[in-house]
Amino acid sequence: MKILAIESSGLVASAAIVYDDLLKAEFTINNKLTHSETLLPMIRSMCDISGMKLEEIDAIAVSAGPGSFTGLRIGAATAKGIALALDKPVVSVPTLMSLGWPLSRITDAIICPIMDARRSQVYCAAYQGGSSLIDEDACDIHEFIAKLAGLYPDTEKEFIFVGDGVPVYSDTIAEELEGDISFAGAEFNRQRGAYVASVGAELYRKWLIEHNTSSEEVRNLGADKIDFYSGSIMNSDDFAPEYLRKSQAERENEAGLLEDPGKHSLKKMKQH
Amino acid sequence: MITTDKTVNKENITILGIESSCDETAAAVVRNGREVLSNVISSQIDIHTVYGGVVPEIASRLHCENINGVIKMALKEAGMSFEDIDAIAVTKGPGLVGALLVGVSEAKALAYALDKPLIGVNHIEGHIAANYITHKELEPPYVCLVVSGGHTHLAVVKDYKSFELVGRTHDDAAGETFDKVARAVGLGYPGGPKVDRAAIGGNPHAIEFPRGEVKDSPYDFSFSGLKSAVLNYINGAQMKGENIDVSDLAASFEAAVTDVLVSRTVKCGIEYGIGTVAIAGGVSANTALRAAMKAECEKHGIKCLYPEPVFCTDNAAMIAAAGYYEYLAGTRDDESLNALPNLPLS
Repeated sequence: MKILAIESSGLVASAAIVYDDLLKAEFTINNKLTHSETLLPMIRSMCDISGMKLEEIDAIAVSAGPGSFTGLRIGAATAKGIALALDKPVVSVPTLMSLGWPLSRITDAIICPIMDARRSQVYCAAYQGGSSLIDEDACDIHEFIAKLAGLYPDTEKEFIFVGDGVPVYSDTIAEELEGDISFAGAEFNRQRGAYVASVGAELYRKWLIEHNTSSEEVRNLGADKIDFYSGSIMNSDDFAPEYLRKSQAERENEAGLLEDPGKHSLKKMKQH
Repeated sequence: MITTDKTVNKENITILGIESSCDETAAAVVRNGREVLSNVISSQIDIHTVYGGVVPEIASRLHCENINGVIKMALKEAGMSFEDIDAIAVTKGPGLVGALLVGVSEAKALAYALDKPLIGVNHIEGHIAANYITHKELEPPYVCLVVSGGHTHLAVVKDYKSFELVGRTHDDAAGETFDKVARAVGLGYPGGPKVDRAAIGGNPHAIEFPRGEVKDSPYDFSFSGLKSAVLNYINGAQMKGENIDVSDLAASFEAAVTDVLVSRTVKCGIEYGIGTVAIAGGVSANTALRAAMKAECEKHGIKCLYPEPVFCTDNAAMIAAAGYYEYLAGTRDDESLNALPNLPLS
């Protein structure tokens, strides 16, 4: 089984290829260039150098969010375009799950991926042994700490925090949360295509087993002819990022605060 | 951008066009730049109406959700598969950056995975090319006025890929003025068609609104003075407790916009000695503008053209049409193509 993975939810643009459990190639870049300029050239050169033909892949795994809205859409549209062209399924990989993935494979501690979501919020979730303890959310760091404190009352707990929220909130967490707390090092704290690929392969394998089918069968049939009936494996038409946040205009409208219609409309484009 | 002198030796060139610069997700299949095999538009207008205008973040999200379905439908309606497509053309700018990025990322991925040529198209050139679809005989040179919610450009189309920008707006775009006036008189969004409808039966001379001019720039436009005059008129009437005749106001406002657009465009045709004038863009669907442009052109023996309404508003057929002429010229983009929100007409 061959998975192409795409990660562009944050500052890092990254792509990876896994064959079953084996990482074949990864291209990660963390600079100021926009993902739009880097992502596809990276995929091309990664495929060229690793000698993998794009048609050989079974599915495209994409970091589905949360994260930068624009970054998520560049990754999503890239994945959707490749999947549409080649008639392959898309595997929607929760970004927070992928961040916690390498750690959750080696410890029973509670893995807490946190991403800095600005406006004093974090994108957060908690996992243990591969299952979710706290669902993905966008909330205040204090709120997340309170939720963690409420897990397994009166038991000594071990937490590992990971993600780009670590350098921002480690002091607050150490101060407010009781238990055995550790923070992942910088090498773990940024999103990576390899993590997305591993989670994507795992989710796809599970789906194949649950649906009593094989990757060859899906390849032969083509994604367009298949009803996936699954939260994470889907036809490219149905994939969209999981932002976890509504747009500001929607939030104000729902709160009845949209007093000036047109306030959020930025139709004005620079004239030349 | 890579430009090669690669000559194309094929009878029929079929191009898949993709457009996502504002609030329409669109895909189309066009043969030889003029024959539309399919033209699918997924409009988000009902959703943005709540907010009184296009909300960029919402537009971008909807593009991302809908784009694959729209592309599939365009192929299906054309009775084609990806193998039948010779190249993929996509709007690279100008427009809303987040919205553009969805179409650009999608088109790049398709072109890469299918190993097809990729062509980034200027949205304004796309609007101009919409006239080739409706008028099969049209060939440059001609004068083109591009008027929409985001653009007001007066250009001399010297050749399929060569434009001289003669005039532009110094403040609001013409369509933007329609939106603002419509909002002020409670007609709602989108302003263009609402004002157009309200103006039916109204007296265009009921209120004398100013015709904006730009000093030392005879072909340029300015609509902010007109907008203020309309808003002042409404405020004044409200202060005096007078009722506003919306129909008269809409007709008078429309006349002021139209006068300016028509006079500059026809003057350009006369002074450049060009016998054909075309209009394009969302506002070119406006009935008052069409009628006035036609009448004034006839007075001067100038031919006046405009696209069918469906090709006036944002669509992908016009992108495929413009893409065709880029394709013939050897324009090819690679995987690093980016969205260019402020791309000028060149």
